[in-house]
Amino acid sequence: MTAYRRPTRLTEALALLAEAPLPPLLLAGGTDIYPARAAAEAWMRPVDRPLLDLSALPELAGIEDRGDYHRIGARVTWAALREAALPPWFDALRQAASQVGGAQVQNRATLVGNLCNASPAADGVPPLLALDAEVELAGLGGVRRLPLGGFIRGNRQTALAPGEIATAVLVPKAAPDAAARFEKLGARAYLVISIVMVAAVVEAAVGRITRARIAVGACSPVAQRLPGLEAALAGQPLAQAAAVPAAAHLAALAPIDDVRATAAYRRQAALVLLRRALTLPAEAHAA
Amino acid sequence: MTAQAILLTVNGTAQAVTAPPATRLSTGLRDHLGLTGTKVGCDAGDCGACTVLLDGAQACACLVPLAQATGRAVTTVEGLAATPMGAALQRAFLHHGAAQCGICSPGMLMAASELLAAVPRPDEAQAMAALGGVLCRCTGYRKILEAVLEAHAFLGDAPLGNWPAPPPPAAGCAVGARIPRADGVAKVTGADLFGADTAPADALWLRAVRSPTPRARFSFGDWAPVLARHPGLVQVLTAADVPGRNGFGIYPDIKDQPVFSTGELRYRGDVVCALVGDRATLDAIHLDDLPIAFENLPPVTLAGGDALHDRWPDNLLTTGRVVSGDAEAALAASPHVAGIEIETGFVEHAYIEPEAGWAQRVGDRMEVFACTQAPWMDLEEVAGVLGIPHSDVRIIPSACGGGFGGKLDVSIQPMLAIAAWLLRRPVRAVLPRSESMASSTKRHPARITARAGCDAAGRLTGFAFEGAFDTGAYASWGPTVAGRVPVHCMGPYRVPAVAARARAIFTNNPPSGAFRGFGVPQAAIAQEALWDRLADAAGLDRLEFRVLNALRAGDATATGQVLEHSVGLVACLEALRPRWLALREAAAAANARGGPRRHGVGIACMWYGIGNTGMSNPSTMRVTLGPEGLVFHNGAVDIGQGSTTVLLQIAADALGLPVDAFRLVLGDTDLTADAGKTSASRQTFVSGRAAQSAGAALRDAILLRANAGPEARLDWRGGTLLVDGRPLALDAPLEGIGRFDPPTVPLDADGQGIPYATYGFAAQIAALLVDTELGTVRLQRIVAAHDVGRAINPTLVEGQIHGGIAQGIGLALTEEYLPGRTENLHDYLIPTIGDVPAIECILVEDREPLGPHGAKGIGEPALVPTAPAIFSAIRDATGIEVTRIPALPHRLLEAMPR
Ligand SMILES: Cc1cc2nc3c(=O)[nH]c(=O)nc-3n(C[C@H](O)[C@H](O)[C@H](O)COP(=O)(O)OP(=O)(O)OC[C@H]3O[C@@H](n4cnc5c(N)ncnc54)[C@H](O)[C@@H]3O)c2cc1C
Ligand code: FES
Ligand code: FES
Repeated sequence: MTAYRRPTRLTEALALLAEAPLPPLLLAGGTDIYPARAAAEAWMRPVDRPLLDLSALPELAGIEDRGDYHRIGARVTWAALREAALPPWFDALRQAASQVGGAQVQNRATLVGNLCNASPAADGVPPLLALDAEVELAGLGGVRRLPLGGFIRGNRQTALAPGEIATAVLVPKAAPDAAARFEKLGARAYLVISIVMVAAVVEAAVGRITRARIAVGACSPVAQRLPGLEAALAGQPLAQAAAVPAAAHLAALAPIDDVRATAAYRRQAALVLLRRALTLPAEAHAA
Repeated sequence: MTAQAILLTVNGTAQAVTAPPATRLSTGLRDHLGLTGTKVGCDAGDCGACTVLLDGAQACACLVPLAQATGRAVTTVEGLAATPMGAALQRAFLHHGAAQCGICSPGMLMAASELLAAVPRPDEAQAMAALGGVLCRCTGYRKILEAVLEAHAFLGDAPLGNWPAPPPPAAGCAVGARIPRADGVAKVTGADLFGADTAPADALWLRAVRSPTPRARFSFGDWAPVLARHPGLVQVLTAADVPGRNGFGIYPDIKDQPVFSTGELRYRGDVVCALVGDRATLDAIHLDDLPIAFENLPPVTLAGGDALHDRWPDNLLTTGRVVSGDAEAALAASPHVAGIEIETGFVEHAYIEPEAGWAQRVGDRMEVFACTQAPWMDLEEVAGVLGIPHSDVRIIPSACGGGFGGKLDVSIQPMLAIAAWLLRRPVRAVLPRSESMASSTKRHPARITARAGCDAAGRLTGFAFEGAFDTGAYASWGPTVAGRVPVHCMGPYRVPAVAARARAIFTNNPPSGAFRGFGVPQAAIAQEALWDRLADAAGLDRLEFRVLNALRAGDATATGQVLEHSVGLVACLEALRPRWLALREAAAAANARGGPRRHGVGIACMWYGIGNTGMSNPSTMRVTLGPEGLVFHNGAVDIGQGSTTVLLQIAADALGLPVDAFRLVLGDTDLTADAGKTSASRQTFVSGRAAQSAGAALRDAILLRANAGPEARLDWRGGTLLVDGRPLALDAPLEGIGRFDPPTVPLDADGQGIPYATYGFAAQIAALLVDTELGTVRLQRIVAAHDVGRAINPTLVEGQIHGGIAQGIGLALTEEYLPGRTENLHDYLIPTIGDVPAIECILVEDREPLGPHGAKGIGEPALVPTAPAIFSAIRDATGIEVTRIPALPHRLLEAMPR
């Protein structure tokens, strides 16, 4: 029987974590944890790791405007994000929110759980990379922040230290009229893991791009920003943005062949999705 | 750690559940509170069958730790009717035929109820977003969507009685009426009992230990330490424990699949042994703790390898042939010839209900309650493995949460029966989703080469077909596929010369069995591609080419059978012609605007022999009148397709009483006669004729008893039968028995004979757009014209068409079962509600004189033309010939001209 604790204060949770003989698995919405258990159980490989349930920690709740950044607590679900009134640079993240799984998953699954699960196909990562988000980590020794790109270390690997809990994701503010787009490619309409997804956050002045931040997911163990493309976009007229992405900008990606697609396809599709995401500001792509 | 009680509110009532806090909420509801209306299809968030409301928001109960439900309000399907909108939604589901097998219905209803509470009159996009997380494998979603959009119209206080408003049709008017399912109420209230929903409280659990690799030798070590370590482990069952024959299989002379393997494991999922004990013990046992040594062997594939079974040294299970005329000569002389090679993959049935049930020994008899499509075949298998007479086995089919051919073969039944027999205790089992997918049968992967020719005017001249079908580790339905394919592979067309051969070949893959169409859908993909190419070569419109070549009444088929009646293909094509022209015009206009998204319209036809191929397949139905009232004993299993309702409509009209006069006794082999299996689209045609005869026979008996003439009027008033207004006095029960076996003639060595008594015909159009930069396909519309002979219940017929189309979409575009890689419902992608476009159904009724009221069958015909129509439309949009199926985006993009 799985040991289970559900503390109601962060300090209590951190204390439990520190004194646990066997490191517990942190549980938020459970939408990654329970399916993984089912898959293991089906082949007689039951998991009996203790669970530390974060869902009653008040410190992890809510989305807050903290002046020059937003703090999204680790308990915030995709549904809450989808429904939240947030500035336009969050549009990509909110588009991702409405495309994660189905409504049931959105109602329960957390954004921070998605980051901590560190799947290469995690839909939350590209939009947040493109916003230069940071992850807030709490331990008994205090709180630290890591850029998201540094927090996710590899496929299913994070920089979360033993005894730490990810308490929030912090999103610096962008220019007030920054536009953000998310393009997800999957093989069916709902409940689908991305074959490729891209996020773009574009800031502009008088019709020219002042800053573009672009990230691509499911094309490398960790989603990546594309600094070369971002540089190439800077200064370009908005109307020309879609013409800028070229295959060379994707050189750093390392897509793989799997059941969903081939590596070559992912590369090609990423380029197409980038061009579409950069077709701004027109809402052209109701595919 | 002892479990403390978790307090929550369920359907308005405070509840305390004493269970470990990490227990899934679904388990808490089902096992601890007995609320089995919440279904479990995957335990992984993938199917949505377990959807409940948690404080009003939909959630997968299988992903919610019970502890997180503490203090919260849970609403399940059992509590849905408490709100007016919830009750309205249930009525709408019944009226629209939105529940077929019903296993997804509780989840669908709960997901929809979240939306309707906020938006009583949603639009289609809102409804899709709300239901996107619930999978349905039966309905194709369209009727579910209709029901949700119109739920508001069902507000009111009409009771959700057995026969909701409007009242049932009068005596003699049931056939042709859109009456709601006779078993529908239980499906929309969650009361229906599926395989996992019931078992005696003291039942032990059984878990099969399965091969993790495609081919291995294994040996057992010492079990004593394991048994000592786990006191809750009652028994380990191996091949040595099988009391009777350690083998089962569809054909009486091929019982090649062992219940428990003996030394060699032939596919990932093959059974090593089974553990029987209490559930907690079994759940905690780790494969690596068991004294089993595996030695992997090189797997046999279609490319070849060692003999898998001594009986078939070349791994060739069987070959089917149809030869008429000289196809090679005809092709050589044809001005236009086209050829194609295609390759299809394994397709998983993906019924939302995994295999489940329980068995108990009653004296020297064995009773098995489980989900099945074929209770009488289960009976034979159970008797065989126990070595007891058939009369000592009773099969009680549970409600069946989808089958599509996959529940024709036994799964858990032999193991459960052996365990319950030896232990003299009830034993139950529920397969986890991945185990279900790994162990159950699949659609045969096919490698097909086909060539066809036509003359300058476009008339077909010859057709040559060669198909290799991967039949996997065991025979299952391999011979049926190899037999059916050559008969059907030229399609419903006049082809003067045919040479067709299909071979079923053993490999170390999962056993390929029966899946909606028995190989015909794969063959139709090749055949219809050729017609498009020949039509183009001959300068004919693709629809008109099919009209020109379509079979008509009076034509002879390649097996030499002259089709006298009910050949409605030309009528189907003519019904489609206006839609074809309009859709093509719209596509051309859209394409003229340019852009990376290309529109296309495609067409495909099919025919499908109803019932077994050249083999007896009788059905017997019984209607009795006696102290229990008027009882319809119907042994045909309704797996969602609607036979319970359709056969009732037929029997009722034959007898001359309304449908609500009948009490139904269904499936139980002790209480009903053998109606044959629910497969081959045969129940409406075969059992329907039997039901008609049974109703008529009881009517004759009643009229004789009442000394009344044939025109006498029967009425049913408060449990009494009136004949011309006078109560009928009965000193002994009366019964009517009907039996029907469709007349066929076995095929000879050249495939000549009369394989089927009748055929269904259909043509479908697919309109879609292809994103030429991404290789993705978006379906816009399917128009389906089906000659069903007679639609006994048009709502149910449409439901079959919608569901078949949805499965055809999956076959064409997304579904590919790869052992060990896509054995779950998030990597194996069946269509969601957003993947099935609007469907128009056109029912053509070219009556079949042998059928009840002229009816034929629809189950499989619905699926066959969809994938070929989609590929035809892709060809139209892009010129691409899809040869590797499914047409996943990367495959389409690769094929795209640069
Ligand atoms: C049917 C279905 C469809 C899905 N579709 C998508 C999809 O389309 N796109 C997508 O990206 N994902 C998808 N997912 C995956 C999943 O829903 C997301 O990754 C989700 O956001 C995880 O959040 P959670 O709260 O449920 O995490 P949990 O399952 O509770 O946890 C996930 C992991 O993160 C760790 N963790 C959670 N919270 C913290 C924390 N605060 N600090 C440290 N570690 C933590 C856990 O220990 C665990 O390892 C799908 C899942 C399902 C079941
Ligand atoms: S059982 Fe919960 S989603 Fe399938
Ligand atoms: S009715 Fe939906 S799965 Fe059967």
